[in-house]
Amino acid sequence: MIRVENLVRTFGEFTAVNNISFEVQQGEIFAFLGPNGAGKTTTIKMLTTLLQPTAGRIELDGLDPAKQQKDARKRFGIVFQDPSLDSEQTAYENMELHGILYHVPRKLRAERIERLLKQFELWDRRDDFVKQFSGGMKRRLEIARGLLHTPKILFLDEPTLGLDPQSRNQLWTHVKKMNETEKTTVFLTTHYMDEADRVAHRIAIIDHGRIIAQGTAADLKESTGTESLEGAFLALTGESIRDESASSVDAMRNVAKMLGR
Amino acid sequence: METVYILWLRELKRYTRSRVQIITSLGQPVLYLVALGFGLGPVFQRAGNGSYLQFIAPGVIAMSVLFMCIFSGISILWDRQFGFLKETLVAPVSRMQIMVGRTLGAATVAMTQGLLVFVVCLIIGFRPHSWAALPQAAVFVALVAINFAALGTAFGSIIKDMQGFPLVMNFVAMPMFFLSGALFPLWGLPKALAVVTHIDPLSYGIDGLRGALTGAWYFSFTHDFAVLVLVAAGFLLLGSYFFSKIQM
Repeated sequence: MIRVENLVRTFGEFTAVNNISFEVQQGEIFAFLGPNGAGKTTTIKMLTTLLQPTAGRIELDGLDPAKQQKDARKRFGIVFQDPSLDSEQTAYENMELHGILYHVPRKLRAERIERLLKQFELWDRRDDFVKQFSGGMKRRLEIARGLLHTPKILFLDEPTLGLDPQSRNQLWTHVKKMNETEKTTVFLTTHYMDEADRVAHRIAIIDHGRIIAQGTAADLKESTGTESLEGAFLALTGESIRDESASSVDAMRNVAKMLGR
Repeated sequence: METVYILWLRELKRYTRSRVQIITSLGQPVLYLVALGFGLGPVFQRAGNGSYLQFIAPGVIAMSVLFMCIFSGISILWDRQFGFLKETLVAPVSRMQIMVGRTLGAATVAMTQGLLVFVVCLIIGFRPHSWAALPQAAVFVALVAINFAALGTAFGSIIKDMQGFPLVMNFVAMPMFFLSGALFPLWGLPKALAVVTHIDPLSYGIDGLRGALTGAWYFSFTHDFAVLVLVAAGFLLLGSYFFSKIQM
């Protein structure tokens, strides 16, 4: 469903994603893990047409997102790392707007919005402004919105960031259920190893722009001789803190932007 | 088409839902009308130019349209900050449609604002020389709105953070307003100022609006109209170019 070959993205001198390759099968839940600034979000941005790759090939359901942008976009839904709702509109209006942008016919749109909002327990709050929603509700709304056009692939970029355990639990239950019933392929990133362990069928670990390990959670634990996925992750990526490199990526990107790259 | 419509509607909703903002945004025009209109009125009268309020009202209407457009354009920045921009940019619609929807929305909002300020002008004592000229005035308000909504989109696409906003306000919007003949007649200006006022596209918008409302033209209907249409085409191209270049 997703095929990535030798993907590279540089920002000026800095290489954010360095020659990575992987494949995700249809109906699979694939977790993409890595420390801050490892290149996760950059990869997602390239997969979702927001950023052009410097080199390499991407295939989404047989399409090249760089060339067949519109068709590729119809095939995936995305929940971004940071919120992307219009807080000045109601939950229903946000869904409606999304449905129109994705050309969901009017009748079908109304049906699906109702079904999804009910499924994500937001139907009673449909006429409230998003700015009045809690973090968990916003997340749920974003996922519901991402599913409105029945995408084949759902990208989730740190969807549980800042959520309480209840909301996180509920969110993953929804995602798993949807993966089982609709066979939606899920590509996710997270910092919570227990989530990846529980939800993902396969995991790739990226660090400094390179994929350093790939396999099931059990594979990773076995190959590193550790008890938990967190242990395996730390064994593979080291214990040093990466905030520095994350901000340097940002700094590099800002410089690159200023130079008009 | 539906895409353009829903994004246009979004701009409108945003405007009509912030009632407080609508009221406060009328403060500045009222200040100009009262302080300058009445304050400089006697001097203007003695110089033999008639009523200053009559003169300045079209300028103030155009000013509020201009500022509203720039504000709306800058809202791209807010959408970038709060993430909504991404939602529209990954959707399977062309950037052009998004840009057109947003820009038309901004222009409509600015025209509504212009209408409100026109009503305020009437309350304060402004009278158009003929009510029949109102459609003509509306044409110029619409042209000014489209021009600067497109320019606002261009700036909103280029600027990356909020620090850029005062830059646009102080170095683009304010000079455009002050150097446009909104506050003073274009006759008999020093050479340098005359040149600048002729370059400023807002001059033509204000002259058109003033001509329509008070019957006093500096250029002419055709001249103003032609310039504004041409410049609008340029600004629209500029706006869609920069909007298409946005990378997240």
